[in-house]
Amino acid sequence: MTIERDILITEVALRDGSHAVRHQYTVDQVVSVTKALSNANVPYIEVTHGDGLAGSSLQYGLSKVNEMELIEAAASVAGDSKIAVLLLPGIGTLTELKEAASLGAKMVRVATHVTEADVSPQHIALGKELGMEAVGFLMMAHMAPVEKLVQQAKLMESYGADIVYVTDSAGYLLPDQVTERIGALRQELQCEIGFHGHNNLSMAMANSIAAIKAGATRIDGSVRCFGAGAGNTQTEALVAVCERMGIKTGIDLYKIEDVAEDIVAPLLPVTPTITREAITLGYAGVYSTFAYHAKRAGKQFGIDARDILIELAKRQVVGGQEDMIIDVAAELAKTKGAVAAK
Amino acid sequence: MRRRIILAKLKAAIIGSGNIGTDLMVKLGRSEYLELTAVIGIDPESDGLRRAREAGYAGVDTGIDGFLADPSLEADIIFDATSAKAHIYNNKVCQERGIKMIDLTPAAVGPYVSPAVNIGEHLDKSNINMITCGGQATIPMVHAINRVANVVYGEIVATISSKSAGPGTRANIDEFTETTSKAIEVVGGADKGKAIIILNPAEPPIMMRNTVYALVEEGKMNEQAIRESIAAMEKTVQSYVPGYHLRTEPIFDGNKVTVLLEVEGAGDYLPKYSGNLDIMTSAAVRVAEEFAKNVTKETV
Repeated sequence: MTIERDILITEVALRDGSHAVRHQYTVDQVVSVTKALSNANVPYIEVTHGDGLAGSSLQYGLSKVNEMELIEAAASVAGDSKIAVLLLPGIGTLTELKEAASLGAKMVRVATHVTEADVSPQHIALGKELGMEAVGFLMMAHMAPVEKLVQQAKLMESYGADIVYVTDSAGYLLPDQVTERIGALRQELQCEIGFHGHNNLSMAMANSIAAIKAGATRIDGSVRCFGAGAGNTQTEALVAVCERMGIKTGIDLYKIEDVAEDIVAPLLPVTPTITREAITLGYAGVYSTFAYHAKRAGKQFGIDARDILIELAKRQVVGGQEDMIIDVAAELAKTKGAVAAK
Repeated sequence: MRRRIILAKLKAAIIGSGNIGTDLMVKLGRSEYLELTAVIGIDPESDGLRRAREAGYAGVDTGIDGFLADPSLEADIIFDATSAKAHIYNNKVCQERGIKMIDLTPAAVGPYVSPAVNIGEHLDKSNINMITCGGQATIPMVHAINRVANVVYGEIVATISSKSAGPGTRANIDEFTETTSKAIEVVGGADKGKAIIILNPAEPPIMMRNTVYALVEEGKMNEQAIRESIAAMEKTVQSYVPGYHLRTEPIFDGNKVTVLLEVEGAGDYLPKYSGNLDIMTSAAVRVAEEFAKNVTKETV
């Protein structure tokens, strides 16, 4: 039986959601979530450290379990669902990609900062060579003018990407901005277009719908919003909204709701919420993973986490630069001390 | 009366007439121990070769073969700033002539050297490799901690401005992380190493930033000794990279030490935000000068 789908959803709770659980996913958790997602007919399930292959580090947080074990376990119970992995050149390499493919990963999402697509050709090419679907993932998409975004997307398409994503890593974009970007890509590219949203300003759903209307056929969601910052577009709600709009996702609504309620929700005492730090991420345009580290650094140095995040935005910091959080916190603390001493 | 011994300078050449080649050229022009004879490239239209000729050096546009075939040109030591692939050939033909090679590419035919750490170990080698820019910036600090408190895990994050990351860096991004990780272990002394590189397109371009995380063996933590060792190492690196400095005091958290570094380029030919390239050229010249001192020490 082939399932009819107008859009293909990629479930990211086991990758973006890894940030929410501080990369502490166990094999049992990954297996039970993957099984249930597969049972609900979710077409793509991303399983990797939050920062992609080889992301386990002091900079981003150490994984409790080697991600390769999680990928292998997920692939073993995925059924008709395809396991995807994220890869950020500069963190993950071709070596990790080969290993992930050998363990059953069927899609690689090669992510770069929105202006740096040209670090990705080898990784996209290898993905294709290994028989995987290759996605070009342009992160912090709000940080470049539309023309630049189009240029970078075209590069990724030229490297062999089957799909190019507009990734709103900071949850900064508003629906009209999403329409503009997706529309521009749809006009200039031949390949499929995707959208990855974050809910920091409560806009993930509206942005996802705007993206679909502008021509995106790939949308990311996370069950129960399990993702960095305030999480992503809530998958189970997205399925319901699409059904109401006559957009086929192929996903069973009751089953995906049950995954969220019975299996994923119990994993965390508090589901990702739109806290004041999360709002600041979206408001100022800062990578969603920074909220947790900014809060911690704020406590350590006696600074309001929001001030740290605003300063990071002023410095035009990009994804992956978690070390800058300590730097900014230390500097703000020094200035505060200097002012207090006067 | 004291006799002043005037030591003859070692003759040097540069293969690669791009930005790194030209920056090396400017630095060698100031060297007390090295005398630049030629800049070698393969493109007759190259700006770099034109700059070399304007500066009074030979600008060879027929590659290393052309240089070696010219009896009027000599070099005891050659800097290779081309590519890993080209270096294999360049090294082969130069070794046949007994020329010492300083490899600034990822080829790594010879051992890794960071002048602040292990220059003395490899003075007898005919080919040494300069690791990577991130490696040159961070491995001294891994070593600084390791020499007083065993580092079981060393992780570095190098962040460079997009403008400073040319096509070579971008095409070799995997090699950057792999080479740097290995050198963190072999040269830095960490039991296990990891390296991450990030490109940032901010305008105005950012200075090179490096963060070193070191996990010290349980029971071996010695905050005072580590602070002193790091401070001493900062001075050592500053002796050849004046723009190298700590952003803040090292941060101690259990057995984890965090060192935040910034590298401001000298601005010789490359702009100041290209600290990542400057630390490579500065380190390479420092190593070559050490070779030169060692050679002349032997002959005097």
